[in-house]
Amino acid sequence: MNAHGIVHKFGDNIDTDVIIPARYLNTADHKELASHCMEDIDKEFVNKVKEGDIMVGEANFGCGSSREHAPIAIKASGISCVIASTFARIFYRNAINIGLAILECPEAAKDIDEGNEVEVDFDTGIITNVTKGRKYQAEPFPDFIKEIINKGGLLNSLKK
Amino acid sequence: MGMTMSQKILAKHAGLDSVKEGQLIKAKLDMVLGNDITSPVAINEFNKAGFNSVFDKEKISLVMDHFTPNKDIKAATQCKQCRDFAGKYDILNYYDVGDMGIEHALLPEKGLIAPGELCIGADSHTCTYGALGAFSTGVGSTDMCAGMATGEAWFKVPGAIKFNLTGKLNKYVSGKDVILHIIGMIGVDGALYKSMEFTGEGLKSLSIDDRLTIANMAIEAGAKNGIFEVDQITLDYVKDRVNRPFEYFKADEDAVYSQVIDIDLGTVKQTVAFPHLPENTRTIDEIKEDIAIDQVVIGSCTNGRISDMRIAAEILKGKHIAKNVRCIVIPGTQKIYLECIKEGLAEIFVEAGCVFSTPTCGPCLGGHMGILAAGERAVSTTNRNFVGRMGHVDSEIYLASPAVAAASAIAGKIAGIN
Repeated sequence: MNAHGIVHKFGDNIDTDVIIPARYLNTADHKELASHCMEDIDKEFVNKVKEGDIMVGEANFGCGSSREHAPIAIKASGISCVIASTFARIFYRNAINIGLAILECPEAAKDIDEGNEVEVDFDTGIITNVTKGRKYQAEPFPDFIKEIINKGGLLNSLKK
Repeated sequence: MGMTMSQKILAKHAGLDSVKEGQLIKAKLDMVLGNDITSPVAINEFNKAGFNSVFDKEKISLVMDHFTPNKDIKAATQCKQCRDFAGKYDILNYYDVGDMGIEHALLPEKGLIAPGELCIGADSHTCTYGALGAFSTGVGSTDMCAGMATGEAWFKVPGAIKFNLTGKLNKYVSGKDVILHIIGMIGVDGALYKSMEFTGEGLKSLSIDDRLTIANMAIEAGAKNGIFEVDQITLDYVKDRVNRPFEYFKADEDAVYSQVIDIDLGTVKQTVAFPHLPENTRTIDEIKEDIAIDQVVIGSCTNGRISDMRIAAEILKGKHIAKNVRCIVIPGTQKIYLECIKEGLAEIFVEAGCVFSTPTCGPCLGGHMGILAAGERAVSTTNRNFVGRMGHVDSEIYLASPAVAAASAIAGKIAGIN
């Protein structure tokens, strides 16, 4: 499995209230949630994002609420992978549980800029910055988590 | 190698003699919680996955608290979906308008959480129940769905930071000031993936309400859970509420902590978190400038308990809030609401010019019942002051205790009380 796309870059402590503001949580519709993704921090994001693009944040990405609507909105907006130096823990498990690929890599999070073209190899954890011609090594997933992702999320992994 | 309190609870529920930091385990759950925002996502997944039963109808709680009383048609539709699901599967702890409360005020009050139990909730402030010596943590809707169906969840065993509390809180300093002080010290990711374990002789001076407030905001330091060592105060609280056997744990002498932090409660001052992160704290005496405010909110899962209502009423009694300030008081549960009426607190609030509301999460997350316009400022006893949290992206939230919030409402600007 691989991801390949253009990067949308964000900073530290990107909280779930800016990823999907609570005023839109009166729906669970994935497309409707995606239409407000990142609205309170970057109004243009939903117009710029293309299928397969990559989101990069820095420390404590996804902090705050447990709303699964946050990774759902990101995934449904077309983002194929989120890279950050660290993730808030509930966001981390929610992303895995719904099958949104996320990688912790402080080096990549720091070096990658807005608009860079990036490739991710999930099997090796190698992130390639095509624009800058650099490679970064991300923490690989433990097998337990790899299995959840390979089966397409937690609920699929529960089916024998 | 010794285990922390959190690790012992996880080991027991995983059926293991011991666990260590980083280990991935599957554990049996004593309670699975969801609200009117997170449950619909879980219910959709539940139906999609083809489950046709819940693991235990007594060990699931569904609380309609975020956008209730229904703020709009979509919110009403989500609540109806939860109500229908609860009816279909005969879920005993379904709480709707009229008997509900804000989930994290309600579950401890109803005796649904006991010391040593393991609880997950599709709400980040589920960590509140660590105040009772339970392992309790926020998860997403998919975990909630799997929990309702199987009674199990996966966990990565956390390491811990130990907070060794000594001394005694000063008058008008509360659990809220303690947790804001701690988040100011360690930062919003200071306890990322870890347990925050509270112990020490200072526990004696912390009421259950103080502990619930402190554990509630463990997530604001990035923690997986916050947990208090069980003592007589805990046992007195659960005595008339919990009527099932429970087993609670102390940390081993040789438990491993990434950090041990000593806090003399007597040195903690009234503390305010400035926009837009809970770690931007200043003590009240460090605030030299006048910060005019438009709104005050007293309530939420952090500070909507009866002791919070009492302290706010004590300060507001016989006074009137400042002109051009709106003060919204929201007791956490119907029981607390009734206590406020019986004790005359409701009358004090209304006479002081406050709104006195039925329990709801409403304004805390910018849902309803007190949304801010661009350029407006609020002092709030809630737990988050992120950009846009209570309304417009250009509004500001200052987090504080009920005492500081009430004093600020009277002053029309951020103010402490001596």
